[in-house]
Amino acid sequence: MNIQGQPFVADEPGSVHPQHNPLEFFSRDRAMQPPAYQPIYKTSVARSPRRALLSLDQSLGDITGPVFGHNDIGLLDNDLIRNYAKTGDPIGERIIVHGRVLDECGRPVPRTLVEFWQANASGRYRHKKDTYLAPIDPNFGGCGRTLTDENGYYYFRTVKPGPYPWRNYVNSWRPAHIHFSIFGTGFIQRLITQMYFEGDPLIKICPIVNVVPDRDAIDRLIAPLDVNAAVPDDCLTYRFDIVLRGRRSTLFENRLEGN
Amino acid sequence: MAQQLAYLKETASQTAGPYVHIGLIPHMAGFDIFQNNFGGVLAGADTPGEPIAIEGRVIDGTGALVRDALVEIWQADANGHYAHPADKRQAAAGFRGWGRTGTDFDTGVYRFDTIKPGRTPWRNGKISAPHINVWIVARGINIGLQTRMYFSDEEAANADDPVLNAIEHKSRVPTLIAKRQDKPGKATYLFDIVLQGDNETVFFDI
Repeated sequence: MNIQGQPFVADEPGSVHPQHNPLEFFSRDRAMQPPAYQPIYKTSVARSPRRALLSLDQSLGDITGPVFGHNDIGLLDNDLIRNYAKTGDPIGERIIVHGRVLDECGRPVPRTLVEFWQANASGRYRHKKDTYLAPIDPNFGGCGRTLTDENGYYYFRTVKPGPYPWRNYVNSWRPAHIHFSIFGTGFIQRLITQMYFEGDPLIKICPIVNVVPDRDAIDRLIAPLDVNAAVPDDCLTYRFDIVLRGRRSTLFENRLEGN
Repeated sequence: MAQQLAYLKETASQTAGPYVHIGLIPHMAGFDIFQNNFGGVLAGADTPGEPIAIEGRVIDGTGALVRDALVEIWQADANGHYAHPADKRQAAAGFRGWGRTGTDFDTGVYRFDTIKPGRTPWRNGKISAPHINVWIVARGINIGLQTRMYFSDEEAANADDPVLNAIEHKSRVPTLIAKRQDKPGKATYLFDIVLQGDNETVFFDI
């Protein structure tokens, strides 16, 4: 039982369970999450808060969040092979990335926005601040987005990104990766992460990977090759499941947003 | 032996990196790709409520401007209603209550155009002062930072606010209060976010 007792929505008495608010999320397990200050990732040194975070009860503004719909998404938004193509297909290894967005209770997170961005096959980003000497691909933008379906499932098609150098240590190289941004149903489920590819030898020496303190948590950022889901004569496939914070409630199928 | 509780673990956060703009605000990266873009304008001329702008900078532990940060906000409408099914009251038509923008590569300033939110429900029949939830990611930020922006012209409501009152070190309360500046056209609230140091913004574990 939540000692605070009362629901948030004062003008709907009795609308939620009287003893706790079932819409609240589990506390974040910070042992699975990178600390703000991690000197192995040098940029974090000046950009990390040093005071203790203020622990708060969750409010209505925390357990709610923006709602997106199909009107927000274009037809080609989840096809990075096509969504920026000008004169032909992008160069690189054609892949599909797919998986499910679940919460910590294993429930699917349906109809939630997933956005992703990446370098091209040579490791260069289409960004005016990226000066790496590898070539820009005229047919590759490097970003996309999709909504999960009723089962929390998502997929997109792209080319496998290349590794690239960066100035952390003198000779640091990022493993191939795809950035993910996920919303969930409450603003405090908001998450940005990176997906890596099974078998990449750069993963274990990457400072950005190694800010994550838990070995198993790192392993869950590495997408395995999913040969059974590959499209013959077309695309290899990688599987990446994403877990957002769980809710305290029991799920009712007709009220997937909560109770 | 009791049955095991098979909870999954939240996916680990990773930095958004210096090129977060590509995926989330591609026009800032220098190209156009999506039919619909998300941005920092939350309200139109017909959205009920007082039109306001929010401007600010993100400042690191050396006092330098963070010029590659992404900032998102989430707020109630002028009546204090959120546009989400868990808020059974109806938010104003067309008001999503969410916006996203980046700090400018040259000036380091971010900006939102929105409406001032109303007071929102808290627990035990209490209410919160008007506020906006804020989330910041950037290169060098390993996990997104959560905080809130309050309004300098809501002194009475702020004095009663349960979150502001939960801040033990009272000298830190002003880090969450945006300063109103009356400019021609609409009020602008200045809200700088300080990542580290003497004036470090209060960030939350919620």
